[in-house]
Amino acid sequence: MTKITSLADLKRIKEEVQSKMKLRENSSNPDRVVQVKVGMATCGIASGAKEIMRYFIEELEQQAVDAVVTQTGCMGFCYAEPTVEVILPNREPVIFGFVNKTKAEEIIDIYIKKGELVDGIIPITFKTIDE
Amino acid sequence: MTDYRMHILICGGTGCKASESNEIKEKLNYFISEFDLEEEVQVVFTGCFGFCEKGPIVKILPDNTFYVSVTPADAEEIIKEHVLKGRQVNRLLFNDPNTGEKITDSKGMDFYKKQIRIALRNCGFINPENIEEYIGRDGYQALGKCLTEYTPVETINEIKESGLRGRGGGGFPTGLKWEITRNVEAAQKYVVCNADEGDPGAFMDRSILEGDPHSVIEAMAICGYCIGSDSGLVYIRAEYPLAIERLKTAIKQAEEYGLLGNDILGTGFNFKIELRYGAGAFVCGEETALIHSMEGLRGEPTVKPPFPSVSGYMGKPTNVNNVETFANIPVIINKGASWFNKIGTAKSKGTKVFALAGKINNVGLIEVPMGTTLREVIYDIGGGIKDGKKFKSVQTGGPSGGCLTTKFLDTPIDYENLIAAGSMMGSGGMIVMDEDDCMVSIAKFYLEFTLEESCGKCSPCRIGNKRLHEILAKITDGKGTMEDIDRLKVLSDVIKDTSLCGLGQSSPNPVLSTISNFEDEYLAHVQDGKCPAGQCKSLLRYDIIEDLCNGCTLCFRNCPVGAITGERRVPHFIDQSLCIKCGVCFEKCKFNAITLT
Repeated sequence: MTKITSLADLKRIKEEVQSKMKLRENSSNPDRVVQVKVGMATCGIASGAKEIMRYFIEELEQQAVDAVVTQTGCMGFCYAEPTVEVILPNREPVIFGFVNKTKAEEIIDIYIKKGELVDGIIPITFKTIDE
Repeated sequence: MTDYRMHILICGGTGCKASESNEIKEKLNYFISEFDLEEEVQVVFTGCFGFCEKGPIVKILPDNTFYVSVTPADAEEIIKEHVLKGRQVNRLLFNDPNTGEKITDSKGMDFYKKQIRIALRNCGFINPENIEEYIGRDGYQALGKCLTEYTPVETINEIKESGLRGRGGGGFPTGLKWEITRNVEAAQKYVVCNADEGDPGAFMDRSILEGDPHSVIEAMAICGYCIGSDSGLVYIRAEYPLAIERLKTAIKQAEEYGLLGNDILGTGFNFKIELRYGAGAFVCGEETALIHSMEGLRGEPTVKPPFPSVSGYMGKPTNVNNVETFANIPVIINKGASWFNKIGTAKSKGTKVFALAGKINNVGLIEVPMGTTLREVIYDIGGGIKDGKKFKSVQTGGPSGGCLTTKFLDTPIDYENLIAAGSMMGSGGMIVMDEDDCMVSIAKFYLEFTLEESCGKCSPCRIGNKRLHEILAKITDGKGTMEDIDRLKVLSDVIKDTSLCGLGQSSPNPVLSTISNFEDEYLAHVQDGKCPAGQCKSLLRYDIIEDLCNGCTLCFRNCPVGAITGERRVPHFIDQSLCIKCGVCFEKCKFNAITLT
């Protein structure tokens, strides 16, 4: 990585990242690229998020689903850990709570592959700084 | 892909389940099959919508219709009218409290969202181990803006104007602190981030460092630019291994990208950050104790003044801010002070993160604007008290705070109001208690914590708190007297007035606030020898009602200490001098012949 040496450089990287994310979202094969974010703060990990993340990576690869699985921090829903956010192409992000292996399997088979919702969605109850 | 044209979301939160959301789902499904809509409509349970007072909530997608106070009897109409004919059921829509009109699209009713995430803006959105994701969400733009467009004084003025105050508990104006440190002449100054989160039940700083470490790094660099420092230190407890790991990764990435180090963004500004580990002592959250611990000395406080701003780490001017305070800085710079200071109350601006815990349904990390009431936090965001029990008290401010009662439920939460109510903001732990919690025991619990954590340097804190704890133990043992309650008050005042640092000056708060808000409970323990919540074992008494006991011997056989005597088919008897109040007999008896008083 070359160093960022000016504010213009920083802005360019920001735009690159943003368009990269956009690309991921509106890629040429929008029926395929799925984003899965697993809440991996200490609390999430303590309730099994690591195993769940591994499960998503392995299962999605085995079932040849074009997906990006990443970790993220605490989503704030401690009562419902582990929490997983799934972003299907051209759809609003959906957060699922209490994700154990059975639930993860259900999310992959029913939501990711068929696009049908499954029980256990956590509604977004906060505003962001851009609203 | 199956293409449902419509989704019906039903709140499956504890509160809504209690008001028949299961039955609503069944009914909806019944009518869906009745009208052959299985291929078109899907019904799904969700978590809590955070609007429990109007539950059960039913939301319909894709048109975002938001129905409130739905009953199973409404299911037929929702299916017939809304799903079949595309007409909203008017009477189930929510009335906008501001305009009095029905709200047809929930996109326009964000007011039920009581939270605004500023400090937590990136937690749960970005991968904390990837600096580019942070940059993609305006990361390091604020630093760039300050270095190229603002002078240090202009930056400080922006922070002052924003009204941001310290989120670690004290509530000191952040901009003013920066200005004071800036105005002290010295060749070397330091920026310190206080990540020694010590309040039991508070974990927002850990979550920020684990979920968004770059926001703290960026803010520390901005602070360095403002006060004239090239060196930052994060004092973090070794008990937070994941936060340490992510912070280290983030610092390394920032260095690789040239956002830390020499000549940042080609402006000639240099800044580096190092970590210092603490052993997890509560007193090290106090600035002077923290600085001593960083210097390799015992974590003991010293008298202020001199304040760290004048003489801190290695005797140099040092600016100490808490993690959450720093996390707010980049947003203030990017969005402007005038955006930030519109949120909150007259004297407390912005938001506060709370760790909501205890007897509450939606335990979690929340961020609300200052001025939100306890009722909104507990009933709307928190989803109410567990198992439908009655709310009794909420403890804020940790071991330095107090217990608030129902009469404070509608008090807007800000620094001043909490202090006026006998508690404090603290770092944001919020522990909810229900009718089963004994307030004398709670005060004793916090005193136990203080005893463990007192550094022992000054006598009021070291000895005084020990005595307070002894008196509380005496009361929960049923041996307290009326004089003891008076002694608690007098001793508490002395400890508060004479202790060296904030720990001792605030440690009697849980005692004082429980005495003033729950005096009747203290009196019940002392005068009647009873614990109203049934928590103090020494004050419980199990008895066998002769008329109901048929002498089955079940209690006799299960008593672990042989305190029950009696013959088969003859009423049994509990020897109170042997009974250890374990309650086994009470649980085992099939004839309700054992009473608990």
